[in-house]
Amino acid sequence: MNCDHCDKPAVVHEIVIKGGDSKEVHLCSDHAIAAGYPLPVEQPLADIFPKLGSVAKVEAAKSKERSAKCAACGLTFTVFRKSATLGCPACYDAFMPMIEKVIESAQDGATHHLGRSPVGGAEIERVQNLRVKMMRDLEAAIAAEQYERAAKLRDELKALDSPSP
Amino acid sequence: MSQPFSAAMSQVGPDSDVVVTSRVRLARNISGFPFISRASNPVRQEIMRVVRRAVDQSCNGIDHDQGMRWIELQSAPSRDRILLSERHLVSRHFANSDGPRALALSSDEHSSIMVNEEDHLRIQFLCAGSRLSDAFKAAFALENALANCTNFSFHPRWGYLTACPTNVGCGIRMSAMLHLPGAQIMKETDRIKRAAKELHLAVRGYYGEGSESIGDFFQFSNQTTLGATEDALLEEFNGIVLPRLIGYEREARTAALARYRSRIEDIVFRSHANLSAARLLTADAATKDLSRMRFGVVMGLLPIELTTIQRLLLQVQPAHLSLIDPRSLDSEEADREVRATYVRQELLRGTTDTK
Repeated sequence: MNCDHCDKPAVVHEIVIKGGDSKEVHLCSDHAIAAGYPLPVEQPLADIFPKLGSVAKVEAAKSKERSAKCAACGLTFTVFRKSATLGCPACYDAFMPMIEKVIESAQDGATHHLGRSPVGGAEIERVQNLRVKMMRDLEAAIAAEQYERAAKLRDELKALDSPSP
Repeated sequence: MSQPFSAAMSQVGPDSDVVVTSRVRLARNISGFPFISRASNPVRQEIMRVVRRAVDQSCNGIDHDQGMRWIELQSAPSRDRILLSERHLVSRHFANSDGPRALALSSDEHSSIMVNEEDHLRIQFLCAGSRLSDAFKAAFALENALANCTNFSFHPRWGYLTACPTNVGCGIRMSAMLHLPGAQIMKETDRIKRAAKELHLAVRGYYGEGSESIGDFFQFSNQTTLGATEDALLEEFNGIVLPRLIGYEREARTAALARYRSRIEDIVFRSHANLSAARLLTADAATKDLSRMRFGVVMGLLPIELTTIQRLLLQVQPAHLSLIDPRSLDSEEADREVRATYVRQELLRGTTDTK
């Protein structure tokens, strides 16, 4: 509904009763201020819209999660969610962002394997690559102000460098 | 397996007053195969073939001179499968599930490999008493030997890949079966369980995951497998957590005996009397009374060997009982009668032996 005095949308709606007659008043913000009306607080609307936007985003992410499927074994994320069991090694990469959350929450925030690995020869290279990746993750965590994650990564880096007994 | 008792479950070891058994179990999957939930029966057969070849090639080199026995569970008689689960060598789920699956078992029954359980391989070492670091060494020796003959699925970030993503990393589960009658009497069990949860330990019953605690036996195991080395995980569990649990239980026992001596003596001696006199006995009732007697034995109240109690705890289980006297399978009444008769005789013998 537009303002009684111009074409702008009305923000103040009042019913004025004067001597037994009632009259509807619709005013835009400018004319409302001119007429001495207090303006309604607009904040809630501004708040709601971005929220609606993020709800849509979360929904989109969820539906993407639900439709995720491992190309190697055909396991869908929905089935994994029910059984809590993966179908093949490739599932770890197929469901990466979701798996990461599952693992880190089950493992007290731990983010990388620091233990033994199957072959001795490639071991030095593996540890080297792991260290580089973890340092990059650490920088990213600090930049994103994820201090808990950063602290965990720092501990893990320290453990990686200390010789195992 | 046809002998009526196994090595680990009926022996005693260090700190046996509290720690019944120690176990280290490693989860591994063979690269190039889907995990079990997506593996068809032919694929599971193929996995068994690969593991069996690796076992045959590798296990003669280490201290299994006679190699490992290979038991295919899908074709094994049901009694054998239950025997294995009563000995804690396989999970109940593994004993009762379907599909091609096997157990490789060393002659002393300490080392074993479950093939096609939740993961392709569950390599384990089980022994009596508090011997986690021995179990750790032995399990890794077996794992190393197998790794020379087959490739395990490994991810640069997540480590050893497991069917359940919460087991990744080292894929190691260390556990200790504890007898906690002191904590139970002092009503401290719930507090211990809460403390254990804070330390990221799982607390389970007598038969592991999903089982109830019978006779104050609780199984404690680590849940953290990522973000630390295997040695660090062992040091934390075996060097810090376990000694504290043992110490706590011992203190609770001393306090319980100081405060409720006659009540405890009453419980212990009644259990002894009960088992010495019963004519019909269920497995659960026998386990409960044996647990109370175990407490009496380690506190010096009952002049019976701990090994006798340990052996009986296993032998009163249904499949083991049927090895002693197959008539126990005839009916429920026969099962109870055979159990009561056997326990009575053994207790009479056990008491006379030590006099």
